[in-house]
Amino acid sequence: MNIIKNRYLYFLISLLVIVPGIIFMAIHWVNTKEGPLALGIDFRGGSLLEVQFAGKLPAISDIQTIYNKYQSTGGQSLSDSLIQPLGTDSYSITSKDINDATKGKIVADMQTLSGSTVTVLSFNNVDPAVGAEVTRAAVVAILMAAVAILLYIWWAFRKVEHPVRYGTAAIIAMFHDVFVVLGVEAMLGYFLHWEADSLFLTALLTVIGFSVHDTIVVFDRIRENANIYRRVDYEVMVNHSVVQTLDRSINTQLTVMFTLFALALFGGDTTRHFVIILLAGIFSGTYSSIFNASPILVVWENREWRTWFRRKSEAQPGPAQ
Amino acid sequence: MSRSRNFWLAVIVVLIALSLWVDLSKTISITSPTNGAALFNLNTDIRLGLDLRGGLQTLLQADVPSCAAVDPNELNVTRQILESRANALGVSEVTMQVAGNCRIVAEFPGISNPEQVVAALQQTGLLEFVDMGSSPVPVGTVIKTDYGQTATQPALTGTAQSPTAIPNSTATPEPLATATAIANTAPAATAQPSATQTAPATVYHTVMTGAALDTVNVQTSSVGQYEIAFTLKSNGTQVFGDYTTANVGKYLAIVLDKKVISVPVINSAITGGQGVIQGNFTADSANALAVQLRYGSLPVPVKVVESETVGPTLGAESVRKSLLAGMIGLSVVIIFMGLYYRLPGILADLALVTYSLISLMLFKIIPVTLTLPGIAGFILSIGMAVDANILIFERLKEELRSGRTLRQAIDLGWSRAWPSIRDSNSSTLITCLILYIFGNTFGASIVKGFSINLALGVLISLFTAIIVTRTYLHVVLDNLKLDEHPNWFGL
Repeated sequence: MNIIKNRYLYFLISLLVIVPGIIFMAIHWVNTKEGPLALGIDFRGGSLLEVQFAGKLPAISDIQTIYNKYQSTGGQSLSDSLIQPLGTDSYSITSKDINDATKGKIVADMQTLSGSTVTVLSFNNVDPAVGAEVTRAAVVAILMAAVAILLYIWWAFRKVEHPVRYGTAAIIAMFHDVFVVLGVEAMLGYFLHWEADSLFLTALLTVIGFSVHDTIVVFDRIRENANIYRRVDYEVMVNHSVVQTLDRSINTQLTVMFTLFALALFGGDTTRHFVIILLAGIFSGTYSSIFNASPILVVWENREWRTWFRRKSEAQPGPAQ
Repeated sequence: MSRSRNFWLAVIVVLIALSLWVDLSKTISITSPTNGAALFNLNTDIRLGLDLRGGLQTLLQADVPSCAAVDPNELNVTRQILESRANALGVSEVTMQVAGNCRIVAEFPGISNPEQVVAALQQTGLLEFVDMGSSPVPVGTVIKTDYGQTATQPALTGTAQSPTAIPNSTATPEPLATATAIANTAPAATAQPSATQTAPATVYHTVMTGAALDTVNVQTSSVGQYEIAFTLKSNGTQVFGDYTTANVGKYLAIVLDKKVISVPVINSAITGGQGVIQGNFTADSANALAVQLRYGSLPVPVKVVESETVGPTLGAESVRKSLLAGMIGLSVVIIFMGLYYRLPGILADLALVTYSLISLMLFKIIPVTLTLPGIAGFILSIGMAVDANILIFERLKEELRSGRTLRQAIDLGWSRAWPSIRDSNSSTLITCLILYIFGNTFGASIVKGFSINLALGVLISLFTAIIVTRTYLHVVLDNLKLDEHPNWFGL
């Protein structure tokens, strides 16, 4: 089995997944002028109220009328609230941020409107200033994680030639997975109106951890083989290492997928979004560690970029020089 | 080798026994055999997070222009006062933690009236007795006072309080201001019709603040109105007496957080150091105010910036579903491992069960609050626990294929797989650490819970994969003659 030989094909497959994701992010950005992803209230600020009606479910327009009577904490109108049915007896209402007192009045009004008990399933309210701060911090957290992991790999591979290459390749594979996850989220946001919340951030960070975890296992085999097969061509040695760890990569991937599928199918609505993002990310994490991270090492070793723009033979560079 | 194997076997047996004990009991107590006194008591009921059991979580932030200006000690005092207030309001099991520079996370499990609790907590609780002269303002008016600002006019009765500092009320009773009496006989001057002109520019003089209060109690008046009776500390009594003596017939406003709650007339000089606050109180509002006064005002004013309420039904539903999903996921993994890796797979499954028992024990002992993402983190860590075993078994098979004896292959498999297990798990732990810092600073308990569970899972899985599976494998080999059955190892 020669995985490394077809490296440009695998890079192409990655691009075929990532580029549409970036296009969807761009579409969202252009449409809303807010950013690449539809953000949940955790990051954007606002309020999410889920209520269950014991009696007849009132009409959406009646709920909106109630919201129109009140104002956000900052004194803004709530007329742009988004009211969505949740099952047959509940509503989920996203609005600008309201405080607990306003929420209490709104629920009381709903009670009067429906003439029966209204149960608050959940209420979540985030100040917009805090949301913006959390968003910034999330980006910083991801970059910090990337730097910390890069430094760790650099250190762990210090006895191999060019340790920084391993760290860099792992980080490139990691950003590959980050973009796949962001792209999937952008598409889900476009088609299903899913919003990125703090669970999404947790999923993203898990994917990062798993991606690097997976890449390191393959790199570790390269590190070991580099000492054993000193005379063998680097490309052959890397390919051998990838193939040797293939069983393990696939089996680990499968076991994690099993638990995630179980969570997605039986785990309920609260975590479904989280789990689907994890599934996409974990799959991407395994793909990138096999088909991206190690081939990048070979590309670097051969300095293949010198031949990229020279001729039309981009898909078949072969061993360079 | 054999001796260390026996040692580890003993450790594992003890651990399993201990975790079964903890996992199956709700409290653990050890009583002294001589006198029956409890030597050791531990509540080992599993702690469910608010998203699973229902309740309210709020993130409070210092209501100041810059977070950098908040003194950590004052924030901590604020937290303590908030906690006392919440407990006094009858909310049980409140937890409050300072998060980052200027935030406090408050969690109220199983609460039914979040609106009132949040409103009562958030009040700064600064009570002022304000000199109104002879022209009172209506109840409910928001006024300006010279307290807490640079003193625009010298204090009338000569006690110039430190102007900018808000009193640190849990600390020593600062002789803040001159005390004022409230005419406890005067009917509350509710809605004085004469004073509709609010004159917002007027800065009223604060004679005394709530820091001079000694005891505070709710009582009902002779006409059945709720009112708050208080006594003053000795220095307050002095000032109170002086002021009322000098100002008989004038108005004195009682102002909470700059809002007038009652404007009594001083009928006569009161030197006994006692008084009553009357207003339009219900039993609840009188009680809430009394609680605020009793525990003092907040050194740092706070506002709610985030609030999350989860109803109990949704939480119970989530627990049931995630447990079911966890069980199914775990079973599929167990079947897969057994089918693919045969004997070692089955032993790894036993190690996985051991792993689950130990994890549950640690969750109960530490204790770790289980949240939905926490459970997800744990289930994910099962996947990573299996990964370590898979790494080792693949190595084991390779060594067997290259002609090693079984026992050699086992030891080599473990030692060769170790560097990759170490490096890959270290990177996961690094991610967990960064997640934890992020979650802790921003009061994002979801992220924090997830990172703790995942990190704990990774650490325990290292132990089970490296020590437990291997010990099981050696024990089986010692007792069965398996060396001539390579197919039992999936070869």
